[in-house]
Amino acid sequence: MTVSISMTINGSSVSADVDARTLLVDFLRVNQRLTGTHVGCDTSQCGACVIHVNGKSVKSCTILAAQANGADVTTIEGVANGSELHPMQEAFRENHGLQCGFCTPGMIMSALDLINVNADPSEQEVREWLEGNLCRCTGYHNIVKSIQAGAKAMREA
Amino acid sequence: MSGTGIGASVRRKEDLRFVRGAGKYTDDMNLQGQAYAYILRSPHAHAAIKSIDASSAASSDGVVAVYTSEDMAAVGGIPCGWQVHGKDGSPMHEPKHPALAEGKVRHVGDPVAVVIAESREQARDAAEMIDVDYDVLEAVLDMNQAITDDSPNVHDDVGTNVCYDWALGDPDVVNEAFSNAAHVAKLDLINNRLIPNAIEPRCAIGDFDQASGQYTLHTTSQNPHVIRLLMGAFVLGIPEHKLRVNAPDVGGGFGSKIYHYAEEAIVTWSAAQLNRPVKWTADRSESFISDAHGRDHVTSVELALDENGKFLALRESTLANMGAYLSTFAPCIPTYLHATLLAGQYSTPLVYCEIKAVFTNTVPVDAYRGAGRPEATYLLERIVQVAADQMGLDPTEIRRRNFIQPDQFPYQTPVALVYDTGDYESSLNKALESSDYAGFAARKEASKAAGKLRGIGVSSYIEACGIAPSNVVGSLGARAGLYEAATIRVNPTGSISVLTGSHSHGQGHETTFAQVVSEKLGVDIDSVEIVHGDTDKIPFGMGTYGSRSIAVGGTAIVNALDKIIAKGKKIAAHLLEASESDIEFENGSFVVPGTDKAKAFGEIALTAYVPHQYPLEELEPGLEETAFYDPKNFTFPAGTYICEVEVDPETGVVDIASFHATDDFGTVINPMIVEGQVHGGLVQGIGQALLESAAYDENGQLLSGSYMDYTMPRASDVPSFSVDTTVTVCGHNPLGVKGCGEAGAIGSPPAVINAILNALAEVGVTNIDMPATPHRVWQAIRNAQAS
Amino acid sequence: MYSFDYKSPSSLSEAVAMLQSSDDGLLLAGGHTLLPTMKQRLASASDLIDLGGVSELRGISVSGDAVTVGAMTTHAEVAASSDVRGAISALADLAGGIGDPQVRNAGTIGGSIANSDPSADYPAALVGLCATVNTNSRSIAAEDFFTGMFETALAENEIITSVSFHIPKCAAYCKFPNPASRYAIVGVMFADCSHGMRVAVTGAGPSVFRVSEMESALAQSCAASSIADISISADGLNSDIHASAEYRAHLVTVMAKRAVEKACASC
Repeated sequence: MTVSISMTINGSSVSADVDARTLLVDFLRVNQRLTGTHVGCDTSQCGACVIHVNGKSVKSCTILAAQANGADVTTIEGVANGSELHPMQEAFRENHGLQCGFCTPGMIMSALDLINVNADPSEQEVREWLEGNLCRCTGYHNIVKSIQAGAKAMREA
Repeated sequence: MSGTGIGASVRRKEDLRFVRGAGKYTDDMNLQGQAYAYILRSPHAHAAIKSIDASSAASSDGVVAVYTSEDMAAVGGIPCGWQVHGKDGSPMHEPKHPALAEGKVRHVGDPVAVVIAESREQARDAAEMIDVDYDVLEAVLDMNQAITDDSPNVHDDVGTNVCYDWALGDPDVVNEAFSNAAHVAKLDLINNRLIPNAIEPRCAIGDFDQASGQYTLHTTSQNPHVIRLLMGAFVLGIPEHKLRVNAPDVGGGFGSKIYHYAEEAIVTWSAAQLNRPVKWTADRSESFISDAHGRDHVTSVELALDENGKFLALRESTLANMGAYLSTFAPCIPTYLHATLLAGQYSTPLVYCEIKAVFTNTVPVDAYRGAGRPEATYLLERIVQVAADQMGLDPTEIRRRNFIQPDQFPYQTPVALVYDTGDYESSLNKALESSDYAGFAARKEASKAAGKLRGIGVSSYIEACGIAPSNVVGSLGARAGLYEAATIRVNPTGSISVLTGSHSHGQGHETTFAQVVSEKLGVDIDSVEIVHGDTDKIPFGMGTYGSRSIAVGGTAIVNALDKIIAKGKKIAAHLLEASESDIEFENGSFVVPGTDKAKAFGEIALTAYVPHQYPLEELEPGLEETAFYDPKNFTFPAGTYICEVEVDPETGVVDIASFHATDDFGTVINPMIVEGQVHGGLVQGIGQALLESAAYDENGQLLSGSYMDYTMPRASDVPSFSVDTTVTVCGHNPLGVKGCGEAGAIGSPPAVINAILNALAEVGVTNIDMPATPHRVWQAIRNAQAS
Repeated sequence: MYSFDYKSPSSLSEAVAMLQSSDDGLLLAGGHTLLPTMKQRLASASDLIDLGGVSELRGISVSGDAVTVGAMTTHAEVAASSDVRGAISALADLAGGIGDPQVRNAGTIGGSIANSDPSADYPAALVGLCATVNTNSRSIAAEDFFTGMFETALAENEIITSVSFHIPKCAAYCKFPNPASRYAIVGVMFADCSHGMRVAVTGAGPSVFRVSEMESALAQSCAASSIADISISADGLNSDIHASAEYRAHLVTVMAKRAVEKACASC
């Protein structure tokens, strides 16, 4: 079955006809060529695919594109202000919060949602928030540091 | 150049794309007209294939082709890159590893057929229509059982499940030392099977250009040239000049992306059959049963000591699981990368080690971060702790009494290696200080008051990186050289392209290598571009594994830079009308010392390509140099890790209260990146010690086959770390570097387990295996209380 | 995934009609169990009826002695609700400990309890807090709702509309998570309410259950020490690579004790 969907992605309106079983992540990666959102597992745990739907972080591998019909979607590609990195992106770079970069978009999208609900998270709160984001490279040490630094920069911005 | 040169924590160049989601990983690529492959895999651990009926699959919607082993009959088996000889001199058994199962499946996940269709879902739909008639056989799983005469064989044509029976050392001399020892400590342990789990699943895209006969494989690899060699020469019969292997941004490897996998050959071969690109991307569930696993040793170890706690001899006997087939480097992991590390940081004069490698009906096992060395470190640092406890010695004291002393280097170990430099006591002292070892007793009391058991554990590890030299490893069975290549291409306007055979999949080479070039040539780091991963761009390479990139790949770069500078001096001498021997290269300029004669590097570069004033009779134009570097020896990073844990005796939960790492990596190019490598390694090691385990049931089904059951370390499972370094410079490479990628994963598991056993000593627990899950800790406490 | 027809009703009655008219329709709530299962081709449906657009199924209200949570209310909404936290902080805590933040942003109470996963958290809340499950056709007491592993009292074409929780005097939930999946190996909801003492256990058995011996002891004296020596039998409890039945039985006592301690501290 084909369904017609439209949504706003990173501020642009998008419409398409897709197979009903199309996952939002595949719609973004294949149809929209927004390959910054990654797929690292098939059990909704790794968080490499985290994006924002209507301002909340969700796993785009566990939502149908059809479910996002009419939604406002933000992916990692929509975070920076043109050539200027978002303070959270800058904080990840400044604090070496990434190595291979594969989990990074999901980490940053998850971190931004955390800051929406908690502008000044403690180390423990950051670690608990990252329950749904796996990283195999960094040991999390510098990711936690990055998120706290990013939060600080956002508070001061 | 101190801001971006050697020793500076330069922010990573590659991050500018990664933080934007602009990295280009293999699965991000989609080629015009590509079809999708789905691999039908065995649901059984061990079964004969009686028949395969793919007729309805072939006519299913969107299906382009269905292939089984019959179709790929002309394709060679997946080769093994290392041949080990047993102690009787016989070569290891090396059964065929077909790309698609021939007559028999040997592990759950063994590829049986491939469906190629217009979409992934259509390929998967069709795969379900393939009717495979299996005759299920008894699965070979337990290694102790597998080596008995009554066991069924994984490979009928081999007639045994013992791949090789190998030994190092003189058993008679070692046995003699044991019989005369004042004390003997004994330990049986298991080094648990792990699943690497790079967060990017493997992906391979094959492409074929009929007009030129050119093949291309885009793949998630740590070493594209090695894949080109293995797949081109041994599997598909494609000469190098007709095969391009491209490994773009790769989302983590940890060893699991070293190997040549069947899927790479299948998509490349299929692309030529169909004359269109074919893409395969693993689901995570598929990764669990098709990526090579790591570790999986069952070991007995004994340490003989004199009355003063001085080590006299070490004896090890291990069964090492190979899985169902020999993965690319599997045979060398428990032998040459393991037994050679058994001296550790100690002056143990005698070592005997025997290793039986065993075939089982499980996923093949190969190198995973550390590869043989974590297994050696684990058994050694565990048995040292057991001996210390039994002899009433402080864990630091027993180590001090046995450390190789700084004035003993170079030090010939009894296990073939010659350590070049080190200062083990300095690392230990620094770790003791940063961990406030002296204050432990007070912290233990505080924990006790809160109903918790606190323990402290020490691990002093050594590793050998940059496996080499090629002639030596060749004599030990390696079927490849272990050098590295680099080309420095100075472009006419002074920008520099560095073509390196090392491959970055998280290590930050684009920054670290650029720092080396920036420092050596005195040029702006932003004018240096590191190019890697594409066999069409890079002259040659052996890739990245075994913490070799800076020690071997970095040295190749330095050697090529030296050639650039040497040629630059010739050009400068001509321009400055000076003798070549009078020219020196300082701070980015060729100068005649004591005069005002100088030519900036950029001027020399331009002159090389616009050779109007140039010694054309004696010197070729252009400024591009290549170096192949084959190291004289391994490098030997070492350090001491101290872990403190708090155990909840009621639930068995272990909390890492603190973790302190002091490492000696020789010269550090980028401290920020090096610390990051240690952090990541520590969590993989802590994961092995506390969380991770590949568990098979009695039928060979993988019980921990997804993140629902395989416990990946999460942020809340680990603390922040205290990490620092001591430095003894490596003497046999120009940068003085040793490598840092695996240390964390090698040194940490015994530190964690020693800490847990230290905590549990007061409730009578004397041994525990990894992973020390809450259940296992609770059970150990309960068993100790019952006895 | 196998293919299916996607439907997005905007009202409950429309959803019921779609379900009735489908051959083998399934309701899509938060989708965090259903979609992964369908991705692995372990489940299929002729029609997937997405309840995301049915606004009457969302929302939280407090009236009298009950907190009512709409079936399509997400775990994150329950966790963040000041109404829930004010009335039953244990319920907010429980919802805030399900899965991870992204799961909580999508997963719903209706979806969770309809699935009746033996290791899900919500069943302990429903049974421990004397809840009632409201559907399009009736109300079902929580203890009658969960009938077994992945089984409920829901009839064909019946849709959960909301869950009403009885507000206790005090309550607390303590969970021992599965180290890998973070589902409950054992989760215990303790509540002291007008119906008496409740100790409801999820994760340990094939379905949520109460521990009457602990409830009686707590009725005598509401303190952790009252139940510290009560151990439950391991017979019939779940056993897997993460926890044996014996370990689960042990954890029931530990988690119950900790829940009582926590509840008493806030009472």
